[in-house]
Amino acid sequence: MDPELIKDCVHCGFCLPTCPTYLLWGEEMDSPRGRIHLMAQHVEGTPVTDEMAGHFDACLGCMACVTACPSGVRYDRLIEETRAVVEREHVRAPEDRAIRGLVFALFPYRRRLRAMRLPMRLATRMRPFLDRVHPSLGAMAELVPPPARPVRLPPRVHALGRRRATVGMLTGCVQSQFFPRVNAATARVLAMEGCDVMIPPRQGCCGALSLHSGRDARRFAKRTIAMFERAGVDTVVVNVAGCGSSMKEYAEVLRDEPEWAERAEALRVRDLAEYLVELGPVARRHPLPVSVAYHDACHLAHAQGVRSQPRELLRGIPGLELREISESAICCGSAGTYNLFQPGPARELGDRKAGHVMATGAEVLVSANPGCSMQIAAAVRRSGKGEMRVAHTAEVLDASLRGLGARALGRA
Amino acid sequence: MTDAVLTRLAGLFGELLPADAVITDPVRLRTYDCDGLTYHRATPGIVVLPDTAEQIAAVVRLCDEYGVPFVARGSGTGLSGGALPRTDGVLIVTSRMRRILEIDLQNRRAVVEPGVTNLAITEAVRDQGYYYAPDPSSQQICSIGGNVAENSGGAHCLKYGFTVNHILGLEIVTPDGEIVELSADDPGYDLLGAFIGSEGTLGIATKITVRLSRAPEAVTTLLAAFTGIEAGGQAVSAIIAAGIVPAAIEMMDALAIEAAEAAVNCAYPQGAGAVLIVELDGPHAEVGHQFAEVERICRESGAFEIRVAASAEERAAIWKGRKSAFAAVGRISPAYIVQDGVVPRTALPEVLAGIDRLQEEYGIRVANVFHAGDGNLHPLVLFDDAVPGQGERAEAVSGRILDLCIEHGGSITGEHGVGVDKSRYMPKMFTEEDLDTMQLVRCAFDPRGLSNPGKVFPTPRLCGEVPGVRKGVHPLVESGRAEQF
Repeated sequence: MDPELIKDCVHCGFCLPTCPTYLLWGEEMDSPRGRIHLMAQHVEGTPVTDEMAGHFDACLGCMACVTACPSGVRYDRLIEETRAVVEREHVRAPEDRAIRGLVFALFPYRRRLRAMRLPMRLATRMRPFLDRVHPSLGAMAELVPPPARPVRLPPRVHALGRRRATVGMLTGCVQSQFFPRVNAATARVLAMEGCDVMIPPRQGCCGALSLHSGRDARRFAKRTIAMFERAGVDTVVVNVAGCGSSMKEYAEVLRDEPEWAERAEALRVRDLAEYLVELGPVARRHPLPVSVAYHDACHLAHAQGVRSQPRELLRGIPGLELREISESAICCGSAGTYNLFQPGPARELGDRKAGHVMATGAEVLVSANPGCSMQIAAAVRRSGKGEMRVAHTAEVLDASLRGLGARALGRA
Repeated sequence: MTDAVLTRLAGLFGELLPADAVITDPVRLRTYDCDGLTYHRATPGIVVLPDTAEQIAAVVRLCDEYGVPFVARGSGTGLSGGALPRTDGVLIVTSRMRRILEIDLQNRRAVVEPGVTNLAITEAVRDQGYYYAPDPSSQQICSIGGNVAENSGGAHCLKYGFTVNHILGLEIVTPDGEIVELSADDPGYDLLGAFIGSEGTLGIATKITVRLSRAPEAVTTLLAAFTGIEAGGQAVSAIIAAGIVPAAIEMMDALAIEAAEAAVNCAYPQGAGAVLIVELDGPHAEVGHQFAEVERICRESGAFEIRVAASAEERAAIWKGRKSAFAAVGRISPAYIVQDGVVPRTALPEVLAGIDRLQEEYGIRVANVFHAGDGNLHPLVLFDDAVPGQGERAEAVSGRILDLCIEHGGSITGEHGVGVDKSRYMPKMFTEEDLDTMQLVRCAFDPRGLSNPGKVFPTPRLCGEVPGVRKGVHPLVESGRAEQF
């Protein structure tokens, strides 16, 4: 934990109203300001106590405080460094260790994830039992979406019409296993907008899961950089908010290895919406008569500052009505692995978000992060209001560009 | 106070409050060691997070019974150390009491709990065309309970008045743990007025009835850039002299602009030595007429660029620079002191020249942000706490600025309160007799001096705290002019 970064905090408290855990519990040590105070205590020599670790673990890493901070405190870097310290110095309870071990051994590996799909389906029926064993297992069982038919993407998708650019595409671990249709839609939209899309096969995890949990992400980062270098692209388009934000941090992650940091710098990482707006639309938009509520994924809005672009793309679709969700800057509780490790607060935040989403009365919820979609859909299901139709920005664009209509949008 | 008493108290609190509402873990306690003024720190003995007025009353009664001091805290954004805890006492934090209990638009009032943020009140009624008028810069997080304790101001208080003008009633817990209602409609002494701004020394507000104001029909915000502070100051005086009462007139100097620019990219005009933000509101016709006047006056006073916000977004952009100015200074200086003083508007140029001289004398930079309309200065005294001696020099400059304010017939605080930070300046503004008289008011509410002791008054006096300085009969009592409670 860099004392210089800690010192930037002037204790003004402007971060408090944006912090999900402060909203839930109203206590200082579960606010960014309070957590920075805890970090300062640790730097001054206080060991990581159970209490301290608990407050760091309770942070969603949503970065809403970074957006709100007038003093420019790099809470994002602080909490990442802190999580690494906690991983190193704090001994968690055995059952928590086991659960964390399971998640980190499973999620970043698509083949293991694939193998787990069937057992996970069975697990949904055993939820009450799993919940008793460990709340994290219960949460996992609740969140898992119905199995999706795998979609095999070719290593290269050719641009439709005149080629305007060549880009690489990240397929993501959870995305490719549970939401393969989003990847297919992304590739199609890029192609229809005139991009050759390079999709390296057998992609691994980009390292987001590790990075956001205080684990070493360098191996994943290097692998990913090398993979896209081999594909011959200098721009990578990412359709998962969490992956995009960590890939944009590669140079920072690899700062101790200058050669790799340089290679990281050379790789231009763009969120899909960000890239499409930069590129400018050429493909014809067909009408899509549907009302959508757009959900700001934290790792897109706060970590990458991408707020206006997805809205601009959605508004550009004739017939589509865009509705805003109140408290849009507050996290839905998904936050990467948060809803697995901290199921209690995650559920509360999910319920809160689901309430706001349903209040819009929109037919479809649109977000750019599979975790958010799973989380909010689960919360809506819990409320007994039926199934929420969820779609990725890419799927909405795909439906419009291909003139598919809105009926199928967000239906399993 | 002995640890044994605190331990005993913590146990008793545990019987009254949920387990997670009583904090005794030292690491957690330390996160409460200061409010928005980090210069003063003290780790509280116990922190409680009550959920109801009854819980607060019960906690206070126990404090009274055991003779343990207590301090109330809302969001912890105060800038005078008013919520500085006592190491030997209990910190009562109202951040979980954030329910809006009642909104009565017909009677233009809302009843809220003390932990509700200032802005949350406005957000709850904005769609119906109402708002809560006082707007401290920290309005998105500062609590209404804290606003009541400090009688907080804000940019728009020039026209609409301070917190005291917008509170219609209070439910308070007195320092002996009684729940009492105070109302603006009560005949007799204005106890509501006495309580508001008492900085936690007369009790804790647990329910607050606020006045809701109708949102104005029209709002125009204008940003005028000047080459220097003097020209801006001249414009302010001319605007007021023309009989115009803008909703707000705010000024920032070059250094403050630099900070705001670094923090929020507010894109104020290049090369401005000072910017003036003037906001006019009211009926369309009136605002239109006044706007023409203000624009003319600004030009005549030497404004080289005038921008008018064409939309709510542009208006917000203009304000963003101003409202984030305090924290934004963190971008250009490792540490700083936010000062708060008041001078008569006419003395502004002289006082600013005086501040300039202080900067040179001490080699310390001062950024100026102020509510120019009512002469409320917020000099930000910048220093590097890593450089030995700079902190002390900054502190000296900060104090000398207050001397300047007093010399020019002003006050040591406009809206941040006296707290712990400025109690030592009180004798410069008030005589012994003045302070003793104030103390009598305090004693009427808090005879044992347990409610936020050590704040406002420079030394323990009379009934309060440990009587050391003055023992025996108070001179006012002795002369028959007052009675000791």
